[in-house]
Amino acid sequence: MKKYFPIAALAVFVILFQAAASLAGREYYLTQLTMAGYYSLVILGLTLVMGYAGQISMGHAAFFAMGGYTAAVMTTHDLAAGGALAQAAVSLGLTVTSTNAFGAKIIHFSPWVSLAAAVVLTVSVAFLIGIPILKLKGHYLAMGTLGFGIIVYRIVLGTHLFGEADGISDVPEFGLAGGIAVSGDPASRVQNYYIAAVMVILTITLLLNLVDSRIGRALRSIHGNEEAAGAMGVDTSRYKLSVFVLSAVFACVAGVFLTHFNGGIGPSQADVMKSVSFVAIVAVGGMANLWGALVMGVVLNFLSLRGYFGSYDELVFGGILIFIMLFFPDGLLRAENFRGPAALLDRARSVLKRGGDNGIS
Amino acid sequence: MGFLEVSGLSRSFSGLRAVDGVSFSVEKNAIKAVIGPNGAGKTTLFNLIAGALEADSGEIRIRGAAIQNLPPFRIARHGVSRTFQNIKLFSHMTVLENVMVGRHIRTRAGMGQAMLRLPGSRAEEREIRERSMEMLSFMGIAGLADQEATSLAFGKQRILEIARAMATEPELLLLDEPAAGLNMYETAQISDLITKIRERGVTVLVIEHDMSLVMNISDDIVVLASGKKIAEGKPMEIQKNEEVIRVYLGDEDA
Repeated sequence: MKKYFPIAALAVFVILFQAAASLAGREYYLTQLTMAGYYSLVILGLTLVMGYAGQISMGHAAFFAMGGYTAAVMTTHDLAAGGALAQAAVSLGLTVTSTNAFGAKIIHFSPWVSLAAAVVLTVSVAFLIGIPILKLKGHYLAMGTLGFGIIVYRIVLGTHLFGEADGISDVPEFGLAGGIAVSGDPASRVQNYYIAAVMVILTITLLLNLVDSRIGRALRSIHGNEEAAGAMGVDTSRYKLSVFVLSAVFACVAGVFLTHFNGGIGPSQADVMKSVSFVAIVAVGGMANLWGALVMGVVLNFLSLRGYFGSYDELVFGGILIFIMLFFPDGLLRAENFRGPAALLDRARSVLKRGGDNGIS
Repeated sequence: MGFLEVSGLSRSFSGLRAVDGVSFSVEKNAIKAVIGPNGAGKTTLFNLIAGALEADSGEIRIRGAAIQNLPPFRIARHGVSRTFQNIKLFSHMTVLENVMVGRHIRTRAGMGQAMLRLPGSRAEEREIRERSMEMLSFMGIAGLADQEATSLAFGKQRILEIARAMATEPELLLLDEPAAGLNMYETAQISDLITKIRERGVTVLVIEHDMSLVMNISDDIVVLASGKKIAEGKPMEIQKNEEVIRVYLGDEDA
């Protein structure tokens, strides 16, 4: 039960923040906080891969984009002019009719169907890419996943179906249940803030449970010593693959929700710099620290989305990554880094003398 | 037929025959030692049995089932567990957590069950914790349960590695130089532990350089030199074996 106390505290904080923002007439803060919440889902999943299983992925923005673009394409593509397949989809009840920004009626896939399709697509791609790529270690794995991320970015950027450089706009709302819908309508700003909060709370609860289980220990044992993990009967390749796929699903779902919230998606969501920022945030968060990743994920994304970093945005995340890798290769938000300024200074001195070591094996 | 049967096992590294047609067997619940000078192929032999290396030829059977060239995690599921010559504990994990990983193959909860923390997985988790604490008590290091594993003194790390391997409830325990780097007192402790482990019904195959330990605890000894088996027998016979004395002490030509 003690474990659920921070989750309850988070829920209370979510409510207090909303109340404060509404009272102060600054509800527009909730918009960026909602977006930051969705990005945090990607970061929480990536924390599992990087912090716990010790495998780096520089391509997680690709999974986010797969979710977002699948949702965007399937919910904006008009099926009225479609062939037999489109008619079959209509008669199976997989579609809904809505009115787009130009007042035209279009028949498109239901957001639930596109969510399911996005998850299936992401699981398949993560699985197929994961099998060969997760055989790589360390820098090679970083380069492999980076390559994958670049490929997805270029595909998104160069494909007519995905709107090329313009992306896809006019994505309809995602009606969840009982009049609650993921949408960018300013009138439902508070509602959407709570949808994102529920998603975040749900995700961190599931993942906290997972890391505190035999599976979580198996993941950490792979990080701790892969050879010994195998000798203890842990199927290391299977676990690396499962956790990679699982984290891809979180990224994909985040992409679907954020795309409905934003009402569109553009190629910058698949950009490699996005992946770099996710990795940087996991590192600042303390690597194997879900709470640290969540706090940093929300705070840094919020600041970035509010434009506090201005045109230095990429520089900030790149700089954070360099700083962390140099001085805190095991991650910043860790108990051992906060034993007083003397210990910190000591650490800085020793790193400058002998150079840093890489925390990711 | 023995519990572990190794027959005609060979493995070369770019022409060097590290293990060369080695055959021997280990009876159920016996303690068998593998000795030999440095470079004799002892650790290679262990890595072949544990699946860390693939054999070029030959067979390894556990209870009659062929296990050669299976990946290590599958061999662990055949009831084989091991320690490493260069200690390989899980870093960033406590002593207790290290041992809890050893319970992995004896437990079932999948990813979904773990994430939802269903009652079944909760009960299993409790059992993992209890059994692991029992194992730490059995090995005499229960007081260190919450320490970071890699921060322990060297001797305790060796004991922890054995505890972790024992937590898998192995039928065959492979110990790769369990007394290397230990003082006389600690070596005696290890010797007692190995005897206690055998009393639990575990079969033990041990590589060791410390002759007092080997002669003290083993029922049988296999001697390797340059990848070949040169002798096998009771400790008393091995001590008198001329071939063994020659490889260990050298002869005029050497």
